[in-house]
Amino acid sequence: MKKQFPLAIVFIAGMIFIVQFFSPAFTPIQERFTHWYIVVAVFAFVLGLANLTRLNLQKIHRQQEGWIYSIPLLIGLVGMALCSFIFGIEEGPFVWLFNNMMLPMSATMFSLLAFFVASASYRAFRARHKEAVMLLVAAVIVMLGQVPIGSAGFMGHLRLSDITQWIMAYPNMAGQRAIMIGAALGVVAISLRILLGIERAYLGED
Amino acid sequence: MSSLDRRIIFLVVALAVIIPLLLPIGLPIKPTAPVKAFYDSIELISEGSYVLISFDYDPSTMPELQPMAISLLYHCFSKNLKVVMIALWPQGAQMADLAMETVNQQLQAEGKPLPEYGKDYVNLGYKSGGGLVIIGLATNFGAIFPLDTNGTRISELPLMDKVKSAHDLQAVFSLSAGDPGIPAWVMVSRMAGYPTPPQPGETDITGKMLLLGGATAVSAPQFYPYLNTNQMQGLLGGMRGAADYETLLALPGTASEGMDPQSIAHLVIVVFIIMANIFFFLEKRQEERKAT
Repeated sequence: MKKQFPLAIVFIAGMIFIVQFFSPAFTPIQERFTHWYIVVAVFAFVLGLANLTRLNLQKIHRQQEGWIYSIPLLIGLVGMALCSFIFGIEEGPFVWLFNNMMLPMSATMFSLLAFFVASASYRAFRARHKEAVMLLVAAVIVMLGQVPIGSAGFMGHLRLSDITQWIMAYPNMAGQRAIMIGAALGVVAISLRILLGIERAYLGED
Repeated sequence: MSSLDRRIIFLVVALAVIIPLLLPIGLPIKPTAPVKAFYDSIELISEGSYVLISFDYDPSTMPELQPMAISLLYHCFSKNLKVVMIALWPQGAQMADLAMETVNQQLQAEGKPLPEYGKDYVNLGYKSGGGLVIIGLATNFGAIFPLDTNGTRISELPLMDKVKSAHDLQAVFSLSAGDPGIPAWVMVSRMAGYPTPPQPGETDITGKMLLLGGATAVSAPQFYPYLNTNQMQGLLGGMRGAADYETLLALPGTASEGMDPQSIAHLVIVVFIIMANIFFFLEKRQEERKAT
């Protein structure tokens, strides 16, 4: 029963969502399920929060590798939560912490990628064979064509910007469409497996 | 030389970004076709119409998407469009508030009247659920967003008297850094029965709904199929897309300022790639000579 009950819920809920496409009679039930899902998704936040706290406290207690980083994590987590509960999220310490710490640190983490991309490009982009040459040439054209310098000075005569737009609108689009269709077919296959109870990874089984 | 210390690479890239920021070059920005389509689509929307902007990003992608949000809000208010702001990402609601602050400062500096909360725009905040939120908005806004970010019931907001479902919207904009984002809006909105988009070249868009997007430079290429099939009518891609949009609006912002450093940084990376390949071939030739 412990395994059959969740499988039954998944099957029934999935079937309702599929059948409501073909029969309007099921639409009110589907709408009700939609609202329930939104509520359940909020509980996932609570679960995630509890799990994060438990794992990091455990890490500190056992002094596992990197435990020292768990301390500012928990301080930040509890501090921001308390600030929002006590002072609100419209003004006060929460807003100050968000604007002056969260925003610049988040933007910085993403910006670091630029340096790693430059370093990785230098180390890895080698024209070892003809496919790599094609990739390199396309990469150079798009990198320069996507920025204003690609249209400036002598590079303007090379029309890198126009070539870039052509690459994006034709070869790129064709490739992306193929990937999208492939991914969609994969989603259909895995969804059917989940609905029919063949795929049970979400129950913790292999 | 083919295994140059990466700290030198980091230093050169840092200088390539810092120097043009301090000494701007002023490279001309020529808007691309997807951005012009984005701009032209908004120009088709008649004054007083209702639009929805979904802030589907967080602070990590702010440098690319926040300039788009600011320019978009400025464009909407300059056309007297009524804006409903929502977020499918947890920090999107704060991104919306920050964008509004900047837009208000810009409008104040230009001596234009400021939009009024509740009448010209509302921020309904974040709701978890991604695609299911989009499905829910097709029929009943109030069921999905009963309150705004200030805790006010939407029935008390004059703007929301006219927006009961997606059928009251003339356009949906998704500023997207991932999932849920543009793919969810494109796929789920059609499935959920949102109004159909106008055909290319159609100027009367009454009863139709535009779907327009702004995405990070990394993810923008994957949305070209949607542009090609008219599932989306315009796309802003990365900081370049934001800069193009600012140029079309004649509204200089952080994206336009970022074009010089981005140009030089790209040029530096291309030079590094070319150098690495030259060293690679020279070393390969040396090894071949030693072998013979």
